[in-house]
Amino acid sequence: MNRAAIDLWVGFFVAIGLAALLFLALKVGNLSSTDVGETYAIQARFDNIGGLKVRAPVKSAGVVVGRVGEIRFDAENYAALVSMQIDKRYQFPRDTFATINTSGLLGEQYIGFEVGGDPEMLKAGEVMKKTQSAMVLEKLISQFMFNKAAEDEGKK
Amino acid sequence: MTPVELLRQLGNRVTSRVWRLGFASRFMLMTVLYSGTALKRFHLTMREIYFTGVLSLIIILVSGLFVGMVLGLQGYDTLQRYGSSEALGILVALSLVRELGPVVAALLFASRAGSAITAEIGLMKATEQLSAMEMMAVNPIARVVAPRFWAGVISMPLLAALFSAMGVFGGYLVGVQLIGVDEGSFWSQMQAAVDFRQDIMNGVIKSAVFGAIVSWIAVFEGYDADPTAEGVSRATTRTVVTSSLAILAADFVLTAFMFRGI
Repeated sequence: MNRAAIDLWVGFFVAIGLAALLFLALKVGNLSSTDVGETYAIQARFDNIGGLKVRAPVKSAGVVVGRVGEIRFDAENYAALVSMQIDKRYQFPRDTFATINTSGLLGEQYIGFEVGGDPEMLKAGEVMKKTQSAMVLEKLISQFMFNKAAEDEGKK
Repeated sequence: MTPVELLRQLGNRVTSRVWRLGFASRFMLMTVLYSGTALKRFHLTMREIYFTGVLSLIIILVSGLFVGMVLGLQGYDTLQRYGSSEALGILVALSLVRELGPVVAALLFASRAGSAITAEIGLMKATEQLSAMEMMAVNPIARVVAPRFWAGVISMPLLAALFSAMGVFGGYLVGVQLIGVDEGSFWSQMQAAVDFRQDIMNGVIKSAVFGAIVSWIAVFEGYDADPTAEGVSRATTRTVVTSSLAILAADFVLTAFMFRGI
Protein backbone atom coordinates (compact mmCIF):
# COMPACT_ATOMS: atom_id res chain seq x y z
CA MET A 1 0.00 0.00 0.00
CA ASN A 2 1.42 3.39 -0.87
CA ARG A 3 2.05 6.19 1.51
CA ALA A 4 -0.77 8.45 0.37
CA ALA A 5 -3.41 5.78 0.95
CA ILE A 6 -1.99 5.01 4.38
CA ASP A 7 -2.01 8.72 5.26
CA LEU A 8 -5.61 8.93 4.15
CA TRP A 9 -6.71 5.96 6.24
CA VAL A 10 -4.80 7.10 9.31
CA GLY A 11 -6.31 10.56 8.92
CA PHE A 12 -9.76 9.03 8.71
CA PHE A 13 -9.04 6.88 11.78
CA VAL A 14 -7.82 9.81 13.87
CA ALA A 15 -10.75 11.96 12.74
CA ILE A 16 -13.43 9.45 13.73
CA GLY A 17 -11.54 8.71 16.96
CA LEU A 18 -11.61 12.37 17.90
CA ALA A 19 -15.24 12.61 16.81
CA ALA A 20 -16.06 9.73 19.19
CA LEU A 21 -14.28 11.57 22.00
CA LEU A 22 -16.20 14.73 21.17
CA PHE A 23 -19.44 12.76 21.18
CA LEU A 24 -18.56 11.37 24.61
CA ALA A 25 -17.67 14.83 25.91
CA LEU A 26 -20.72 16.69 24.63
CA LYS A 27 -23.50 14.13 24.39
CA VAL A 28 -22.60 11.63 27.11
CA GLY A 29 -20.69 13.89 29.51
CA ASN A 30 -21.69 17.26 30.88
CA LEU A 31 -18.98 19.41 29.35
CA SER A 32 -21.50 21.57 27.52
CA SER A 33 -24.20 22.34 30.06
CA THR A 34 -23.48 22.35 33.77
CA ASP A 35 -19.93 23.60 33.73
CA VAL A 36 -20.19 26.54 36.09
CA GLY A 37 -17.93 29.36 34.94
CA GLU A 38 -16.78 32.07 37.36
CA THR A 39 -17.77 31.30 40.94
CA TYR A 40 -17.71 32.77 44.40
CA ALA A 41 -17.67 30.82 47.67
CA ILE A 42 -20.22 30.95 50.46
CA GLN A 43 -20.36 28.75 53.50
CA ALA A 44 -23.07 27.18 55.63
CA ARG A 45 -23.07 25.22 58.88
CA PHE A 46 -25.27 22.14 59.14
CA ASP A 47 -25.94 20.00 62.22
CA ASN A 48 -26.06 16.92 60.04
CA ILE A 49 -25.24 16.68 56.35
CA GLY A 50 -26.50 13.11 55.91
CA GLY A 51 -25.00 11.70 52.73
CA LEU A 52 -24.04 15.00 51.07
CA LYS A 53 -20.91 14.65 48.93
CA VAL A 54 -18.36 16.99 47.41
CA ARG A 55 -19.45 18.16 43.91
CA ALA A 56 -23.11 17.65 44.77
CA PRO A 57 -25.29 20.29 43.09
CA VAL A 58 -26.60 23.45 44.76
CA LYS A 59 -30.05 24.21 43.41
CA SER A 60 -32.39 27.14 43.66
CA ALA A 61 -35.92 26.60 42.38
CA GLY A 62 -34.66 23.32 40.95
CA VAL A 63 -32.00 24.94 38.77
CA VAL A 64 -28.34 24.14 39.38
CA VAL A 65 -26.63 27.37 40.51
CA GLY A 66 -23.43 25.92 41.95
CA ARG A 67 -21.63 22.95 43.44
CA VAL A 68 -20.46 21.85 46.87
CA GLY A 69 -16.75 22.60 47.05
CA GLU A 70 -15.56 21.34 50.42
CA ILE A 71 -17.02 19.66 53.49
CA ARG A 72 -15.21 19.99 56.82
CA PHE A 73 -15.97 19.23 60.44
CA ASP A 74 -16.13 22.43 62.47
CA ALA A 75 -14.64 21.35 65.84
CA GLU A 76 -15.72 24.55 67.65
CA ASN A 77 -19.42 24.15 66.99
CA TYR A 78 -19.51 20.39 66.43
CA ALA A 79 -21.17 21.00 63.09
CA ALA A 80 -20.37 20.37 59.44
CA LEU A 81 -19.01 23.37 57.55
CA VAL A 82 -19.93 23.16 53.88
CA SER A 83 -18.44 25.61 51.41
CA MET A 84 -20.23 26.06 48.10
CA GLN A 85 -19.05 27.44 44.78
CA ILE A 86 -21.88 29.57 43.42
CA ASP A 87 -22.09 30.88 39.86
CA LYS A 88 -21.09 34.57 39.72
CA ARG A 89 -24.19 35.43 37.70
CA TYR A 90 -26.49 34.68 40.63
CA GLN A 91 -26.80 36.67 43.86
CA PHE A 92 -28.84 35.54 46.85
CA PRO A 93 -30.31 37.57 49.75
CA ARG A 94 -28.59 37.28 53.13
CA ASP A 95 -31.51 35.48 54.77
CA THR A 96 -31.59 32.70 52.15
CA PHE A 97 -32.45 29.37 53.71
CA ALA A 98 -30.12 26.44 52.86
CA THR A 99 -31.63 22.97 53.19
CA ILE A 100 -30.26 19.55 52.38
CA ASN A 101 -32.76 17.77 50.18
CA THR A 102 -32.91 14.40 48.51
CA SER A 103 -33.86 13.98 44.88
CA GLY A 104 -36.45 11.25 44.84
CA LEU A 105 -36.91 9.05 47.88
CA LEU A 106 -33.48 7.42 47.82
CA GLY A 107 -31.63 9.57 45.29
CA GLU A 108 -28.54 11.71 45.72
CA GLN A 109 -28.54 14.62 48.13
CA TYR A 110 -28.22 18.26 47.15
CA ILE A 111 -28.41 21.67 48.77
CA GLY A 112 -31.52 23.67 48.03
CA PHE A 113 -31.72 27.47 48.42
CA GLU A 114 -35.00 28.96 49.50
CA VAL A 115 -34.65 32.64 48.77
CA GLY A 116 -35.49 35.15 51.52
CA GLY A 117 -36.43 38.82 51.32
CA ASP A 118 -33.38 40.63 52.65
CA PRO A 119 -32.34 43.53 50.40
CA GLU A 120 -28.66 42.83 51.15
CA MET A 121 -26.99 40.07 49.16
CA LEU A 122 -24.65 37.32 50.37
CA LYS A 123 -21.00 38.18 49.75
CA ALA A 124 -18.12 35.85 48.96
CA GLY A 125 -16.84 34.01 52.03
CA GLU A 126 -19.92 34.77 54.13
CA VAL A 127 -21.54 32.10 56.32
CA MET A 128 -25.25 31.52 55.83
CA LYS A 129 -27.29 31.93 59.01
CA LYS A 130 -30.33 29.80 58.33
CA THR A 131 -29.85 26.15 57.51
CA GLN A 132 -31.77 22.93 57.85
CA SER A 133 -30.08 19.57 58.25
CA ALA A 134 -30.57 16.51 56.14
CA MET A 135 -33.49 14.28 56.96
CA VAL A 136 -32.18 10.97 58.21
CA LEU A 137 -34.56 8.20 57.28
CA GLU A 138 -33.84 6.10 60.38
CA LYS A 139 -34.67 9.03 62.67
CA LEU A 140 -37.96 9.64 60.89
CA ILE A 141 -38.92 6.00 61.14
CA SER A 142 -37.99 5.73 64.82
CA GLN A 143 -39.93 8.92 65.56
CA PHE A 144 -42.93 7.49 63.79
CA MET A 145 -42.62 4.22 65.71
CA PHE A 146 -42.39 6.03 69.07
CA ASN A 147 -45.44 8.13 68.27
CA LYS A 148 -47.33 5.03 67.27
CA ALA A 149 -46.34 3.27 70.50
CA ALA A 150 -47.37 6.31 72.57
CA GLU A 151 -50.76 6.40 70.82
CA ASP A 152 -51.34 2.72 71.55
CA GLU A 153 -50.43 3.34 75.21
CA GLY A 154 -52.97 6.17 75.35
CA LYS A 155 -55.77 4.03 73.97
CA LYS A 156 -55.42 1.37 76.67
CA MET B 1 13.72 -34.65 44.13
CA THR B 2 15.53 -33.49 47.22
CA PRO B 3 14.50 -30.34 49.07
CA VAL B 4 17.79 -28.72 48.15
CA GLU B 5 17.10 -29.28 44.47
CA LEU B 6 13.60 -27.87 44.85
CA LEU B 7 15.00 -24.75 46.49
CA ARG B 8 17.58 -24.41 43.75
CA GLN B 9 14.89 -24.69 41.10
CA LEU B 10 12.81 -22.03 42.84
CA GLY B 11 15.82 -19.75 43.05
CA ASN B 12 16.64 -20.34 39.41
CA ARG B 13 13.11 -19.48 38.37
CA VAL B 14 12.96 -16.28 40.42
CA THR B 15 16.34 -15.12 39.15
CA SER B 16 15.43 -15.73 35.53
CA ARG B 17 12.08 -13.91 35.97
CA VAL B 18 13.77 -10.92 37.60
CA TRP B 19 16.45 -10.92 34.92
CA ARG B 20 13.80 -10.95 32.18
CA LEU B 21 11.87 -8.13 33.81
CA GLY B 22 15.08 -6.12 34.05
CA PHE B 23 15.81 -6.80 30.39
CA ALA B 24 12.27 -5.74 29.46
CA SER B 25 12.65 -2.50 31.43
CA ARG B 26 15.99 -1.73 29.79
CA PHE B 27 14.44 -2.51 26.43
CA MET B 28 11.58 -0.08 27.19
CA LEU B 29 14.09 2.60 28.16
CA MET B 30 16.03 2.05 24.91
CA THR B 31 12.79 2.26 22.94
CA VAL B 32 11.93 5.61 24.50
CA LEU B 33 15.50 6.87 24.05
CA TYR B 34 15.57 5.91 20.37
CA SER B 35 12.09 7.26 19.63
CA GLY B 36 13.56 10.28 17.89
CA THR B 37 13.52 8.57 14.51
CA ALA B 38 9.99 7.27 14.94
CA LEU B 39 8.72 10.78 15.65
CA LYS B 40 10.92 12.59 13.14
CA ARG B 41 10.23 10.20 10.27
CA PHE B 42 6.60 10.07 11.26
CA HIS B 43 5.49 8.11 8.20
CA LEU B 44 7.08 5.04 9.81
CA THR B 45 4.73 5.46 12.77
CA MET B 46 1.83 6.30 10.44
CA ARG B 47 2.29 2.95 8.71
CA GLU B 48 2.10 1.17 12.04
CA ILE B 49 -0.96 3.18 13.11
CA TYR B 50 -2.55 1.95 9.92
CA PHE B 51 -1.76 -1.68 10.72
CA THR B 52 -2.60 -1.59 14.42
CA GLY B 53 -5.29 1.09 14.57
CA VAL B 54 -7.15 1.30 11.27
CA LEU B 55 -7.27 -2.44 10.70
CA SER B 56 -8.62 -2.97 14.26
CA LEU B 57 -11.51 -0.60 13.59
CA ILE B 58 -14.04 -3.22 12.49
CA ILE B 59 -13.58 -5.55 15.46
CA ILE B 60 -13.62 -2.60 17.91
CA LEU B 61 -16.74 -1.00 16.43
CA VAL B 62 -18.73 -4.23 16.19
CA SER B 63 -17.73 -5.43 19.67
CA GLY B 64 -18.53 -2.01 21.13
CA LEU B 65 -21.96 -2.05 19.57
CA PHE B 66 -22.77 -5.51 20.88
CA VAL B 67 -21.38 -4.88 24.36
CA GLY B 68 -23.52 -1.73 24.56
CA MET B 69 -26.62 -3.59 23.37
CA VAL B 70 -26.11 -6.36 25.94
CA LEU B 71 -25.60 -3.75 28.66
CA GLY B 72 -28.87 -2.17 27.57
CA LEU B 73 -30.79 -5.44 27.78
CA GLN B 74 -29.31 -6.65 31.05
CA GLY B 75 -29.29 -3.24 32.68
CA TYR B 76 -32.93 -2.69 31.84
CA ASP B 77 -33.85 -6.10 33.23
CA THR B 78 -32.33 -5.24 36.61
CA LEU B 79 -33.26 -1.56 36.79
CA GLN B 80 -36.94 -1.98 35.97
CA ARG B 81 -37.36 -4.14 39.10
CA TYR B 82 -36.60 -1.02 41.11
CA GLY B 83 -38.69 1.19 38.90
CA SER B 84 -35.72 3.22 37.72
CA SER B 85 -35.34 2.14 34.12
CA GLU B 86 -34.57 5.78 33.17
CA ALA B 87 -31.21 5.31 34.87
CA LEU B 88 -30.27 2.93 32.05
CA GLY B 89 -28.34 5.72 30.34
CA ILE B 90 -26.19 6.25 33.43
CA LEU B 91 -25.50 2.55 33.78
CA VAL B 92 -24.53 2.07 30.14
CA ALA B 93 -22.44 5.23 29.87
CA LEU B 94 -20.58 4.98 33.16
CA SER B 95 -19.71 1.33 32.87
CA LEU B 96 -18.51 1.85 29.29
CA VAL B 97 -16.58 5.07 29.76
CA ARG B 98 -14.93 4.09 33.03
CA GLU B 99 -14.23 0.40 32.67
CA LEU B 100 -15.50 -1.61 29.73
CA GLY B 101 -14.38 0.80 26.99
CA PRO B 102 -10.70 0.96 27.93
CA VAL B 103 -10.44 -2.63 29.21
CA VAL B 104 -12.30 -4.56 26.53
CA ALA B 105 -10.83 -2.43 23.74
CA ALA B 106 -7.34 -3.09 25.16
CA LEU B 107 -8.00 -6.84 25.38
CA LEU B 108 -9.17 -6.87 21.77
CA PHE B 109 -6.24 -4.71 20.79
CA ALA B 110 -3.82 -7.11 22.47
CA SER B 111 -5.19 -10.10 20.61
CA ARG B 112 -5.72 -8.32 17.30
CA ALA B 113 -2.66 -6.07 17.04
CA GLY B 114 -0.28 -7.13 19.84
CA SER B 115 -0.02 -10.69 18.58
CA ALA B 116 0.62 -9.45 15.03
CA ILE B 117 3.41 -7.14 16.23
CA THR B 118 5.08 -9.95 18.16
CA ALA B 119 4.84 -12.36 15.25
CA GLU B 120 6.21 -9.77 12.82
CA ILE B 121 9.19 -8.79 14.94
CA GLY B 122 9.83 -12.41 15.92
CA LEU B 123 9.87 -13.47 12.27
CA MET B 124 12.15 -10.55 11.42
CA LYS B 125 14.49 -11.87 14.07
CA ALA B 126 14.17 -15.49 12.88
CA THR B 127 14.95 -14.51 9.29
CA GLU B 128 17.85 -12.36 10.55
CA GLN B 129 16.43 -9.13 9.18
CA LEU B 130 17.19 -7.42 12.48
CA SER B 131 20.83 -8.53 12.31
CA ALA B 132 20.98 -7.37 8.71
CA MET B 133 19.79 -3.93 9.79
CA GLU B 134 22.47 -3.78 12.44
CA MET B 135 25.04 -4.70 9.78
CA MET B 136 23.85 -1.71 7.75
CA ALA B 137 24.24 0.49 10.85
CA VAL B 138 20.48 0.90 11.16
CA ASN B 139 19.33 0.63 14.74
CA PRO B 140 16.49 -1.93 14.71
CA ILE B 141 15.02 -0.50 17.91
CA ALA B 142 14.73 2.93 16.35
CA ARG B 143 13.60 1.63 12.93
CA VAL B 144 11.34 -1.30 13.86
CA VAL B 145 10.44 -1.25 17.55
CA ALA B 146 9.84 2.40 18.43
CA PRO B 147 7.31 3.14 15.61
CA ARG B 148 5.26 0.09 16.63
CA PHE B 149 5.34 1.12 20.27
CA TRP B 150 4.20 4.68 19.61
CA ALA B 151 1.56 3.53 17.16
CA GLY B 152 0.02 1.47 19.97
CA VAL B 153 0.12 4.35 22.43
CA ILE B 154 -1.56 6.68 19.90
CA SER B 155 -4.15 4.21 18.58
CA MET B 156 -5.39 2.82 21.88
CA PRO B 157 -7.17 5.92 23.31
CA LEU B 158 -8.87 6.52 19.95
CA LEU B 159 -10.00 2.90 19.74
CA ALA B 160 -11.28 2.99 23.34
CA ALA B 161 -13.20 6.22 22.67
CA LEU B 162 -14.74 4.64 19.56
CA PHE B 163 -15.63 1.53 21.56
CA SER B 164 -17.36 3.60 24.27
CA ALA B 165 -19.19 5.77 21.76
CA MET B 166 -20.39 2.74 19.83
CA GLY B 167 -21.41 1.08 23.10
CA VAL B 168 -23.47 4.09 24.19
CA PHE B 169 -25.09 4.07 20.77
CA GLY B 170 -25.82 0.33 21.14
CA GLY B 171 -27.34 0.92 24.56
CA TYR B 172 -29.45 3.70 23.08
CA LEU B 173 -30.62 1.43 20.25
CA VAL B 174 -31.75 -1.32 22.61
CA GLY B 175 -32.89 0.83 25.53
CA VAL B 176 -34.72 3.59 23.72
CA GLN B 177 -35.59 2.22 20.28
CA LEU B 178 -36.28 -1.41 21.16
CA ILE B 179 -37.51 -1.43 24.76
CA GLY B 180 -38.90 2.08 24.86
CA VAL B 181 -37.14 3.87 27.74
CA ASP B 182 -37.90 7.58 27.53
CA GLU B 183 -35.34 9.16 25.22
CA GLY B 184 -35.11 12.50 27.03
CA SER B 185 -34.42 11.07 30.45
CA PHE B 186 -32.03 8.50 28.97
CA TRP B 187 -29.73 11.24 27.66
CA SER B 188 -30.27 13.87 30.35
CA GLN B 189 -29.69 11.51 33.28
CA MET B 190 -26.59 10.26 31.50
CA GLN B 191 -25.29 13.79 31.03
CA ALA B 192 -26.00 14.67 34.64
CA ALA B 193 -24.08 11.66 35.95
CA VAL B 194 -21.07 11.47 33.62
CA ASP B 195 -18.39 14.01 34.42
CA PHE B 196 -15.98 15.01 31.68
CA ARG B 197 -12.83 15.18 33.76
CA GLN B 198 -13.62 12.50 36.32
CA ASP B 199 -14.99 9.86 34.01
CA ILE B 200 -14.14 10.50 30.36
CA MET B 201 -10.61 11.87 30.79
CA ASN B 202 -9.75 9.13 33.28
CA GLY B 203 -10.95 6.60 30.72
CA VAL B 204 -8.70 8.19 28.10
CA ILE B 205 -5.71 8.12 30.47
CA LYS B 206 -6.44 4.49 31.30
CA SER B 207 -6.56 3.48 27.66
CA ALA B 208 -3.28 5.29 26.89
CA VAL B 209 -1.64 3.39 29.74
CA PHE B 210 -3.08 0.12 28.44
CA GLY B 211 -1.85 0.98 24.95
CA ALA B 212 1.67 1.49 26.28
CA ILE B 213 1.53 -1.76 28.26
CA VAL B 214 0.26 -3.86 25.35
CA SER B 215 2.71 -2.44 22.82
CA TRP B 216 5.60 -2.73 25.24
CA ILE B 217 4.87 -6.39 25.93
CA ALA B 218 4.26 -7.10 22.24
CA VAL B 219 7.50 -5.55 20.95
CA PHE B 220 9.51 -7.02 23.80
CA GLU B 221 8.19 -10.55 23.31
CA GLY B 222 8.86 -10.29 19.59
CA TYR B 223 12.39 -9.00 20.12
CA ASP B 224 13.09 -11.62 22.79
CA ALA B 225 11.55 -14.56 20.89
CA ASP B 226 13.61 -17.66 20.14
CA PRO B 227 14.44 -17.32 16.42
CA THR B 228 12.57 -20.47 15.43
CA ALA B 229 9.03 -21.18 14.23
CA GLU B 230 8.19 -22.65 17.61
CA GLY B 231 9.80 -19.75 19.46
CA VAL B 232 7.76 -17.19 17.52
CA SER B 233 4.53 -19.06 18.11
CA ARG B 234 5.27 -19.29 21.83
CA ALA B 235 6.17 -15.61 22.00
CA THR B 236 2.87 -14.70 20.32
CA THR B 237 0.92 -16.74 22.86
CA ARG B 238 2.89 -15.16 25.70
CA THR B 239 2.08 -11.68 24.38
CA VAL B 240 -1.67 -12.28 24.46
CA VAL B 241 -1.65 -13.97 27.88
CA THR B 242 0.75 -11.57 29.58
CA SER B 243 -0.80 -8.41 28.20
CA SER B 244 -4.35 -9.53 29.07
CA LEU B 245 -3.30 -10.20 32.65
CA ALA B 246 -1.30 -6.97 32.79
CA ILE B 247 -4.29 -4.96 31.50
CA LEU B 248 -6.62 -6.36 34.15
CA ALA B 249 -4.09 -5.83 36.94
CA ALA B 250 -3.28 -2.30 35.79
CA ASP B 251 -7.00 -1.57 35.52
CA PHE B 252 -7.50 -2.51 39.15
CA VAL B 253 -4.63 -0.28 40.27
CA LEU B 254 -5.73 2.67 38.12
CA THR B 255 -9.36 2.35 39.22
CA ALA B 256 -8.29 2.24 42.86
CA PHE B 257 -6.42 5.52 42.37
CA MET B 258 -8.91 7.30 40.12
CA PHE B 259 -12.34 6.44 41.47
CA ARG B 260 -11.62 5.98 45.15
CA GLY B 261 -14.42 7.30 47.28
CA ILE B 262 -16.69 8.35 44.43
